[in-house]
Amino acid sequence: MTTTTTAPGPGIAKVDTTPIDNSGRDTKAGWLFSAPFLVLYALFLIGPVLVGLVISFFNTATVKNDLGEFVALENYTDVLGNLDFWKSMWHSTLFTILTVPFLVVLPLLAAIFASRISRNQWFYRIAFFAPYVVPSASVCLIFSFIYAPESGLFVKALDLVGLPAPDFLGSTNGAWLSLTILTVWWTFGFNFVLYTAALQEIPEETYEAAAIDGASPWQQMRSITVPLLRPTISLVLMLQILASLKVFDQIFILLQGGPNLSTRPVIQYIYDTGFTTYRGGYAAAATMVYFVTLVIISAVWMLATRRRGADA
Amino acid sequence: MTTATLSRNKETSKADKLGSKSFNRLAATCLTLWALIWLVPFAWAVITSFRPGDEITANPMSIWSDHWTLDAYTNAFKLNSIGWWYLNSFLISTLSVIFTVVICSLIAFGLAHLRFQGKGALMVLILAGLMVPMEALVLPQFMEFRSLGLLGTYWALILPATASPVAVFVFRSFLKGIPDALIEAARIDGASWWRIYREICMPLCRPAISAVGIFTFITTWNAFLWPLLVLTQTKSQTIPVGLSGLLGATGVNQAEVLASAVLGLLPLLAVFLVAQRQIVQGVASTGIK
Repeated sequence: MTTTTTAPGPGIAKVDTTPIDNSGRDTKAGWLFSAPFLVLYALFLIGPVLVGLVISFFNTATVKNDLGEFVALENYTDVLGNLDFWKSMWHSTLFTILTVPFLVVLPLLAAIFASRISRNQWFYRIAFFAPYVVPSASVCLIFSFIYAPESGLFVKALDLVGLPAPDFLGSTNGAWLSLTILTVWWTFGFNFVLYTAALQEIPEETYEAAAIDGASPWQQMRSITVPLLRPTISLVLMLQILASLKVFDQIFILLQGGPNLSTRPVIQYIYDTGFTTYRGGYAAAATMVYFVTLVIISAVWMLATRRRGADA
Repeated sequence: MTTATLSRNKETSKADKLGSKSFNRLAATCLTLWALIWLVPFAWAVITSFRPGDEITANPMSIWSDHWTLDAYTNAFKLNSIGWWYLNSFLISTLSVIFTVVICSLIAFGLAHLRFQGKGALMVLILAGLMVPMEALVLPQFMEFRSLGLLGTYWALILPATASPVAVFVFRSFLKGIPDALIEAARIDGASWWRIYREICMPLCRPAISAVGIFTFITTWNAFLWPLLVLTQTKSQTIPVGLSGLLGATGVNQAEVLASAVLGLLPLLAVFLVAQRQIVQGVASTGIK
């Protein structure tokens, strides 16, 4: 038995309807087994949320250990009225708009192609998934040379086909282009594997029946594969939106949010205000605004999938 | 009308057999090309890291060298603290794996096989934990760790990762597959819950352990922002943080930077190649990083 069939993890666990037995036969043992996890969960998962919430009402300095003065909602009004904050929110959103379509559609296409090939599956798996396990810093080091002006691999490749190369790292548009290409290359494999697993669940007979009825490969794709994959597509879409909204590594390492902070994402804004100018309370307020946005998005999605699960 | 449809059906089905064959061939060609393009950045980085510096300056994109050399690799070790970074990354990742596997499998065992009051509430709590984006919380997390006096220690990197809701759900759904009858029988024989956990459930749980273990290893090894904030001394840095400092650094040539990048990704690539199947099944079964 494979893990795929025995372990429907959290992505699918939402529809897990196993009744929970609450009769307290083993109450003491149960809490003992849960204790180490609960302590760490309270300290390091709930803890930061509460600390952030408290600090956001004070003018705490990041370098000092005391809270500072209580300023009520001042940090929040400052953050919400700050143009740089909204710019960084927009940059994270723009990054999401740029990367999500590619990272939802291209892996689907590749997975469907791969499902039609019976041999050498391992080769595609390695080629597509290997970049995903590699640290962001290694990826950025390699791509910084690929994007290098004049001598870089990309510039040369574009030269070869006669296209003008943008300034990959020095102009805002070029920077977004290079970030999109790097990110698609880097994280493509994760979604590819999710789709591949879902495709394996579709029984072979479905296609055979369709082929006998005279459906072309294109029709099969449109009227069998994609509809049956709809839950997976929506899962991938949601995970990708959340992952893209949390972008930091690539933009920070490759561009430091540049040129001229024109690509700086929210996390770097929080980093800059909190750790460079030491405005801890202010950065905590920015953190809470961003945090609540992300939680609302995942909560809405969780409720929506639950409802759909109940309807079905 | 009927005859028309029939003959059309026949025609299309004939065309389809051909169509589907050529479609498959087209798919194979496209995908192979696609995969080869995906391998280019790796291949180019590895090849260039073996070329001598002056050749790269003269002709940066050539993929051939007259004097293949390991200089860049020996220099990478000499110029940077790569040895230390390796050690830190290995220790932190390994300890995180051990802690995560033990702590998450314990509570998952309780949730899967014990009956106790408050279990429903616990499940809701952990489910809610799935929605908490930790990356967004680095600033308050930093403040908390400073007041706990844990900044600059390995603990600061190990502890936050260990209470992982995803890992709990992976273990729980796996443990649920172990029949209750088996556990009841052990109980009747007088085995304690601890013994059942250790001697029956954990050995049966090996696939879940390896899936959670490999994933924890990869995520802790690749973590960037949190280690960047917490470990500030050069020698205490992890591989990703140390490597990021090489971008645009002076006195390091292209081959040395690329050699360092290759050294940084090598252990993970090795883990991936060895554990390919578990990783892929792990992704498929969790659906969440």
